[in-house]
Amino acid sequence: MSIRGKACIAGIYEHPVRKAPDLSVAQIHAEAARGALEDAGLSPSDVDGYFCAGDAPGLGALSMVEYMGLDVRHMDSTDTGGSSYIIHVAHAAQAIAAGKCNVALVTLGGRPRSEGVSGAKVRNWGPNMPDVPYETPYGPLTLNQYAMVAMRHMHEFGTTSEQLAWIKVAASHHAQHNPHAVLRDVLSVEDVVASPMVADPLHRMDCCVVSDGGGAVIVTRPEIAASLGQPKVAVRGAGEAHKGLNGGRVDMTTSGAARSGAAAFEEAGVKPADIKYASIYDSFTITVLVQLEDLGFCRKGEGGRFVADGGLISGVGRLPFNTDGGGLCNNHPANRGGMTKVIEAVRQLRGEAHPAVQVPGCDLALAQGTGGSLATRHGSATLILERG
Amino acid sequence: MATPDEPRSMPAPEINPGDEAYFAAANEGRLLIKRCTACGETHFYPRAVCPFCLGGETVWEESAGRGSVYTFSVTRRAGPTPYAIAFVTLDEGVSMMTNIVDCDLDDIHVGQRVRVVFRDTDGEYRVPCFAPE
Repeated sequence: MSIRGKACIAGIYEHPVRKAPDLSVAQIHAEAARGALEDAGLSPSDVDGYFCAGDAPGLGALSMVEYMGLDVRHMDSTDTGGSSYIIHVAHAAQAIAAGKCNVALVTLGGRPRSEGVSGAKVRNWGPNMPDVPYETPYGPLTLNQYAMVAMRHMHEFGTTSEQLAWIKVAASHHAQHNPHAVLRDVLSVEDVVASPMVADPLHRMDCCVVSDGGGAVIVTRPEIAASLGQPKVAVRGAGEAHKGLNGGRVDMTTSGAARSGAAAFEEAGVKPADIKYASIYDSFTITVLVQLEDLGFCRKGEGGRFVADGGLISGVGRLPFNTDGGGLCNNHPANRGGMTKVIEAVRQLRGEAHPAVQVPGCDLALAQGTGGSLATRHGSATLILERG
Repeated sequence: MATPDEPRSMPAPEINPGDEAYFAAANEGRLLIKRCTACGETHFYPRAVCPFCLGGETVWEESAGRGSVYTFSVTRRAGPTPYAIAFVTLDEGVSMMTNIVDCDLDDIHVGQRVRVVFRDTDGEYRVPCFAPE
């Protein structure tokens, strides 16, 4: 059963906070939920489906529906890292199409900045992880695992640091218009490649920001969405995939986006050239480059040329991306960027992006997420949304 | 500019049931990989169940300990000393996460031939690392 046309995103909210030492994680989730419900024109009692991932405290959905006082008949705690919330929108559409709920709430919230958690520290995944004994002694960080993908991509395809830098430069051009963005300075390629090398070949400015914050979206039936106040944004297609080390048969320059993207484009009945705006997961510059290739916006190995010379800058390049400034400059709440990818795609389709970066006539948008580690094991989610 | 490989405190592997033989062999200076007796494929990281056919009988094999650098990254600003994380593709065909050691970290390159060496961790086990041939 296809989810095409079966559900709409009727409410969005990006928490404005970027440093939140005095807010609890549950409170950030709940404030984001309230914001998205107000944006949709719905009340908490309308919510009958709830979706969250590993950033939710305690027992995930159980803890959060109890904290927020919700009464739901459908729950889903699928966790594919930062891509989770893009998958949640698709799963919510599936649940709505199957009659399991009518109004689905998806929330995200976290405080990595206040808690000192970043991709530059070895994570403790707890006991019973099958891969950990064979990896943790070697100091794997989110940072250096993505860096290994960049190194291999440079080796296979001649991609350069300057080409990767253009991705940050494009994000910075967009972030200058976002008053909430952590980094608002417009950067040059020289600024990026002159920033300290943190894990070869990635410089500090190849990395996303670390920010506290959160967000939420409301997914509902098209007829309910039509009765509410916001411009209609419909789910047209979606795909999800995993990618790992394949038992040691390693291929790091192709991501799960190759499969999740193909599935989403097939369901939507559109092709990459039809997409007017793309939210592309941007934990690091290399993350964007690999996903653009795998989604088919350019051929494998040609991502460097695709992004160079402003290729991703709204009003300048062929594919406007991350017009809120993305995770690279604006916000990467809970170290998970999928929620904000959905939110900015909806803003674009509503025509509510900042006028300086709004894509004229934006009627078809894509949100792409990668969660986990691009090098070792990650989840990929692709969502195609349309206006009207 | 050279970046010497300096001694680094390596966290001890927190092993699970079934991992003992691999790390006991590492303490003896031997690198083990796994092969499935049902489908015949080798795999890494080692598992009790084959990731290619879910076969339940996998056996240890000794690797010759030679391979080439698939990719690497010198992590320069996330610890007390720079270190080189890498994936090395063994001549037996499987790739594994490791560190490249005993060299100028600035000279490491993709495709470089390497051989296994063993390094102490903070616990009872040693772990395989690789040095240029």
